[in-house]
Amino acid sequence: MAYVFSPSDLVQVAPEIFILSMACVILIVDLFLDDRRRYVTHLLCQVTLLGAAVLTYMLGFGETTMAFSGAYIHDAFGDVLKIAMYVVTAAVFLYSRDYLKDRNLLKGEYFVLGLFGLLGMMIMVSAANLLVIYLGIELLALSLYALVAFDRDNKTAAEAAMKYFVLGAIASGMLLYGMSMIYGTTGTLSSTEIAARLVDLGSDDLVPIFGLVFIMVGIGFKLGVVPFHMWVPDIYQGAPTSVTLYIGSIPKIAGFALVMRLLVDTLPGLVVDWQAMLIILAVLSMAIGNIVAIAQTNIKRMLAYSTISHMGFLLLGVLSGTTEGYSSAMFYTLVYSMMALGSFGILLLMSRSGFDAEMLDDMKGLNRRSPWFAGMMLIMMFSMAGVPPMAGFYAKLSVLAAVVDIGLVWLAIVAVLFSVIGAFYYLRVIKLMYFDEPVDDSPLGGSADVRFVLSLNGLAVLGLGIFPAGLMGLCLQVLS
Amino acid sequence: MESVYLALVLAPLVGAIAAGLFGKLIGRTGSHWVTILGVGASFALSLVVFKHIVLDGAEVYNATVYTWMVSEGIRFEVGFLVDSLTALMICVVTFVSLMVHIYTIGYMHEDPGYQRFFSYIALFTFAMLMLVMSNNFLQLFFGWEAVGLVSYLLIGFWYERDTAIFANMKAFLVNRIGDFGFLLGIGLILANFGSLDYHEVFAQAPTMVTESIEILPGSAWSLMTVICILLFIGAMGKSAQVPLHVWLPDSMEGPTPISALIHAATMVTAGIFMVARMSPLFETSETALSVVLVIGALTSFLMGLVGIVQNDIKRVVAYSTLSQLGYMTVALGASAYAAGIFHLMTHAFFKALLFLAAGSVIIGMHHDQDIRNMGGLKKYMPITYWTSLIGTLALIGFPGFSGFFSKDAIIEATHASSIPGSSFAYVLVLAGVFVTALYSFRMFFLVFHGKERMDDHTREHLHESSGVVVWPLILLAIPSLGIGYLTIGDVLFGDYFDGVIHVAANHDVLGHLAGDWHGATAMITHGIMAPPFWLAMGGLATAAYLYLMRPELPGKIKDRLQIFVTILENKYGFDDFNQKYIAGGCRGIGNLLWKVGDEKLIDGLMVNGSARTVGWVSSIVRQVQTGMMYHYAFAMILGLLGLLTWFVIR
Repeated sequence: MAYVFSPSDLVQVAPEIFILSMACVILIVDLFLDDRRRYVTHLLCQVTLLGAAVLTYMLGFGETTMAFSGAYIHDAFGDVLKIAMYVVTAAVFLYSRDYLKDRNLLKGEYFVLGLFGLLGMMIMVSAANLLVIYLGIELLALSLYALVAFDRDNKTAAEAAMKYFVLGAIASGMLLYGMSMIYGTTGTLSSTEIAARLVDLGSDDLVPIFGLVFIMVGIGFKLGVVPFHMWVPDIYQGAPTSVTLYIGSIPKIAGFALVMRLLVDTLPGLVVDWQAMLIILAVLSMAIGNIVAIAQTNIKRMLAYSTISHMGFLLLGVLSGTTEGYSSAMFYTLVYSMMALGSFGILLLMSRSGFDAEMLDDMKGLNRRSPWFAGMMLIMMFSMAGVPPMAGFYAKLSVLAAVVDIGLVWLAIVAVLFSVIGAFYYLRVIKLMYFDEPVDDSPLGGSADVRFVLSLNGLAVLGLGIFPAGLMGLCLQVLS
Repeated sequence: MESVYLALVLAPLVGAIAAGLFGKLIGRTGSHWVTILGVGASFALSLVVFKHIVLDGAEVYNATVYTWMVSEGIRFEVGFLVDSLTALMICVVTFVSLMVHIYTIGYMHEDPGYQRFFSYIALFTFAMLMLVMSNNFLQLFFGWEAVGLVSYLLIGFWYERDTAIFANMKAFLVNRIGDFGFLLGIGLILANFGSLDYHEVFAQAPTMVTESIEILPGSAWSLMTVICILLFIGAMGKSAQVPLHVWLPDSMEGPTPISALIHAATMVTAGIFMVARMSPLFETSETALSVVLVIGALTSFLMGLVGIVQNDIKRVVAYSTLSQLGYMTVALGASAYAAGIFHLMTHAFFKALLFLAAGSVIIGMHHDQDIRNMGGLKKYMPITYWTSLIGTLALIGFPGFSGFFSKDAIIEATHASSIPGSSFAYVLVLAGVFVTALYSFRMFFLVFHGKERMDDHTREHLHESSGVVVWPLILLAIPSLGIGYLTIGDVLFGDYFDGVIHVAANHDVLGHLAGDWHGATAMITHGIMAPPFWLAMGGLATAAYLYLMRPELPGKIKDRLQIFVTILENKYGFDDFNQKYIAGGCRGIGNLLWKVGDEKLIDGLMVNGSARTVGWVSSIVRQVQTGMMYHYAFAMILGLLGLLTWFVIR
């Protein structure tokens, strides 16, 4: 197939081009700034994100169009996810700023790598071709490896980065191998054509299924679902909290997009097989994630296991194979990224120069130190546990409804049982905050803008639980 | 108008949040200003709505404001239904609430929980407005529970007092019973009608008359009867009808302003309002109406009798409230919904007045509430005296006062009704008139006339209450005096409730009475010749004779009729029965389940057992996370091989 370039394609990818050029500009500008004026870099990043959001909004929400000979898809689904990613990235940068400054890490690298990672994720969101998907994944992964090791003198961070890199390379290799199997059977890399040709092939052919298994390993690794989850706790714990915040929030949105583009758009012919695989991965993730989280004493590690269980929950929506299921999974993803953002944000807020809040004991008596942010953390924990009226409750409910709708009642029951177990460790955090004596009494620091956005973040999780209809409707609309 | 409705409902909520969460910040004065402004704005907007809907005759507003969720085609919404009934209710609620807010400044000025109190009463106003403006059962239930919650908080406002905690727990539990019935009723509606929207349900009601339901296998019940009775059980809880009335007298443990606002004028009328709103449902079941009628009649008479032997000034008024709620319920049972709502409105004014006047007396008496220690207060508290007199005359139904019109209409409607039980109810409500006059004037004479029985210290400090206390009294006295005369023609016999309250043709007692209606003045002249008036005069005369002329007599009578007095003082044994058998029995079962079921089975075996298991598994599984990279890679490969075996080799 001939790849034809037309200038109008460039308009479709304007947000990506914008992010890329701005990342380069920031890289240069940062060179000329001394440490006292590093906030300019941060400010430029926020402006970049705002600009990208405006571009996406102005170009977006129209007809679905393909660009670059069908390698790139531009649809409302992608637009919504991209805008969500800009918002979350903006919050990540803001929350991280003071933390990095306190540790003398406020360098341009963090922001530039963050922007490049974002670019990778945007490509994943809009990819309609196996190679483009892979390109996006690798751009993200390379940025993340560097980000984890970003605090060079920190041994645990270096170790975490090393693990992440080697395991990530294995996963990438498997993903690529799986893709090559699919390419071998269908003779094309384009999502739409693969989808069409697989249907023609029928289900007797084992080669695509063989390929699917390897692709599943890649996806499982990116999402961090059991048994491809081993990196998650070590990286969450080892990386600087600001990087954990980044890894824990934005790539979840991209991961969801990856699942949608790879499984739902490209391999609908194998739906029966990937459905069964996702059931296994989902159940294992919910089980291991929730059970092992209980034994953790490090809150970052605990949240890592919590992520694993949440990704399992998210897969429930996808595996239902219905529009309602996809939209509930999308809702779940967006809500989860907000919850992760808020809870790691509070950990950042609690950290000071020379002190990292990362043990469960550090949460003790938070209510005495700052009732307002203890309240915000309470919202996050309740929401993650799925207590109404927080958004997490509605997200869980809609995902479960999607599973029940396709007749998998047992799966819904299993999911609920594991979230009951999971409720324990979320509630333990709340207990520590409200009923235990604080270890140190110093009030929380944090600049006014961070406190404000973090409060908005918490209230949004509460608000989305009370008024879920708007976002839910949007998810349903862009997916149908 | 939608923004007006929204603002009307939300203004008190804003006040409540400001005073409740930022009370320390804005201080005492700030708190009462922000809530009073909120409720005041609500009242002003209510008048606008009243003019718009009633005077200008605008279309009934019925629309959804927000859809919370849609599940299986059933919509869960927040919406407003604003018609003449709603307009009347919001005016009454916001007016009385505003009066009580102002009064509270004086009554609570020394209380440390000043801001909290204002926050609660404003929150209550919000909940009550949500309840009356609802256009669906879900929001109705929300408002229903929310007013119950605030009532609970307010009864236990002085939470250091054991009696207050007992009373609020009791109110809460008794209301749970009612609410459970209510919820079952709503559930049955949802299951059979497939909708929670009033209009959709009402439209379907006539087609459901023939439906039946088997509660116990083999016995078929009419579906509409079951639904209506269940809904009415909810009303019995909120509107304190026998036997779910027991919480209301105890709720007097709360500060007096809330007794006036919640336990006299507004919340307790929620049940009455709800039944009137549901008239299209109740009209389909004569059995349910009969139940309503009999329960109402029993409440009105029996509770009035108890009022005679009470010595706490607030409890006398509380029992009088129970009795008057009984009257309203009788009106509903006789299908004279308009008369019930009309009495609700007049009662809201004069009962709020009586309560606030009682509060004024209590302030004067330094929080001594025993009427045996009062007497001769007339000369110390003239304004309280005169306004109380107006309230009392309205309560006993003295011709010309607002209570006269509404109560006489109920009595006449009961007389004209042909619903089974109406002749029984008629006798009781007639006898109730005598009783009402007796206990009302007993209290009135004991408090304001006769010998001054208080101690010298109290007497020295007796004086009229401050302006914020007496002005609400005066403002409430005006409608207590005149609102009946002015509005009876339109509300009862005019077209005020056309299209809002539905009455079946064969039940239309008010339509029947309208034939003999010749104007309010004619009703007064006719009233003077009717039996209720002479019964009331008889009660007044008895009270005057016993408590003014021969004050030694009541003691002697009491000794003679010891057994009856004991029954009345024990309030027919409802409380003892409940505490001993129902509460005791529940605690017994609870203890058993706790010791055996909970501690041994659930805690021991299941919760702690499974928690131990989970903890154990957790500690094992975490060992797998070794931190060794080749272990991790190995796990991935194992996963891959597992999937391969499962799916490819099969």
